[in-house]
Amino acid sequence: MNFMIVRRAAVYLSLSIATFISIFPFYWMVVGATNESRDIVTGKSTIGTNLVANFQNLLAQVDLAQVFWNSAVVAIAATVLTLAVSSLAGYGFEIFRSRVRERIFQILLLLLSIPFAALMVPLFVMISRAHLSNTFTAVILPTVASIFIIFYFRQATKAFPGELRDAARVDGLKEWQIFLYVYLPSMRSTYAAATIIVFMTSWNNYLWPLIVLQTEDKKTITLVISSLTSAYTPDFGVILLSTVLATLPTLIIFFVLQRQFVQGMLGSVK
Amino acid sequence: MAQTRFDRNAQLNGWAFIMPAMMLIGIFMVYPILWSLWMSFQVGRGTNFKFGGLANVERLLNDPVFLRALTNTCIFFIVQVPIMIILALLFAVALNDSTLRFRGLFRTAIFLPCVTSLVAYSVLFKSMFSGDGVVNNVLLATHLVNDPIPWLTDPFWAKIVIILAITWRWTGYNMIFYLAALQNVDKSIYEAARIDGVPAWARFTQITIPMLKPVILFTTIISTIGTLQLFDEVNNITQGGPGDATLTLSLYIYNLTFRFMPSFGYSATVSYVIVIMVAILSIAQFMIARDRRRTA
Repeated sequence: MNFMIVRRAAVYLSLSIATFISIFPFYWMVVGATNESRDIVTGKSTIGTNLVANFQNLLAQVDLAQVFWNSAVVAIAATVLTLAVSSLAGYGFEIFRSRVRERIFQILLLLLSIPFAALMVPLFVMISRAHLSNTFTAVILPTVASIFIIFYFRQATKAFPGELRDAARVDGLKEWQIFLYVYLPSMRSTYAAATIIVFMTSWNNYLWPLIVLQTEDKKTITLVISSLTSAYTPDFGVILLSTVLATLPTLIIFFVLQRQFVQGMLGSVK
Repeated sequence: MAQTRFDRNAQLNGWAFIMPAMMLIGIFMVYPILWSLWMSFQVGRGTNFKFGGLANVERLLNDPVFLRALTNTCIFFIVQVPIMIILALLFAVALNDSTLRFRGLFRTAIFLPCVTSLVAYSVLFKSMFSGDGVVNNVLLATHLVNDPIPWLTDPFWAKIVIILAITWRWTGYNMIFYLAALQNVDKSIYEAARIDGVPAWARFTQITIPMLKPVILFTTIISTIGTLQLFDEVNNITQGGPGDATLTLSLYIYNLTFRFMPSFGYSATVSYVIVIMVAILSIAQFMIARDRRRTA
């Protein structure tokens, strides 16, 4: 019996330590945003008085409204397009089966493991040749046909009742109308989960925007944080404030839509 | 007759629905990966290149920087992936116990790092692990170390920081997969084992792990593939340094293409090293799983 109590205590203790380690960087980020850079790098972890000054410094270096606008435009456009293109494909693969398309689907499975590192050089050359460097189009387009999301929708479509389709067909609806007016409204939770995943991925994307976007007026928030950090004398008060601002939207999405968030994360890679 | 028209319609619709995605995948994945294969046989700088046969492969084998990047990348996934998978499994099993209090709180907290962007958390880690930063302060105050650890300036410790950072960011992510899988495991198996007097540790290794094998395999593959592509963290925490101590293959490809005078053919060759490693690992892991299933 004693042994049981000791084990219980050990479980609680390790989970508490894990919780502390998981949460501490968030606390550190918020506290850091209120401190001066030299206090941050010497480990001051209590609330300071430098928040306003950090904000002013950030605004002096970065056109914050423009940066957030850029991130939002890229993430929202990528999300809408990805959901449209990939849900059409997922639905198409599941509903209209043929031997050739099953083969294609298997090839997609193989393509899934192609690392982005292997694509970035040719993609960069293609984008430059098409004179699309430094455009949002170039940031968004290569990410639109997401194999993950196609899988996710195919998987979810398996649960879409055939009777609904049959009834709609009897009513004389064309296939695209069935998709738009029957399938889409009944799969709202699938779309919600996919939206969260694609938006987050796009909002947080770093390497590809880093390659494509060169001028300050096009940079997204992740690129700004990164370039602030690589300055010769990085101002960590300003940097941590900008990470707070960059993390806030995704944090809010997570807490408001926790269930769909986790569902999407599990589903998108199933 | 009506049936064939229906079939033809289904065929047409089938193609129409997948066409936009297939065209985009063709343009932005299939074409580039083939182009990259062709490029890996070309030598020259910038846009002037010519066929060089296996010259790039030869350069690869004699390139000390490449070998360092390859070694670092391997160290990262060989050390980091097992640590993270085991931690995630242990947390998942602990949190799967319905008698545990504060489960929701623990689960949310451990999962929370997944919400941060890779760049944001990298920057946080860079600031926490500075020479006289908060981590060293805590370690000194608790007398765990006598001298501050040169986290970002020492080749060994810089690697440790990267490993700690990735583990922080991804353990909760993997844990979620195990928690979901554990919910599908029949509770009566554990009950029976408990009645038979099977100790907790044996229940973990004899029941939980075999039951979760498919999902463990799956998460191991995606984690390994992720670590092979490591870029955001090293570029923002250490910039590959000190020296080339944390240079990864992805960062090296980036440097070759965008920081140095571009040599697309050679970059493509290095990138195919990642492609081949990912392919081998995926195949190997699937074979191991299949063999185990057969002998079990």
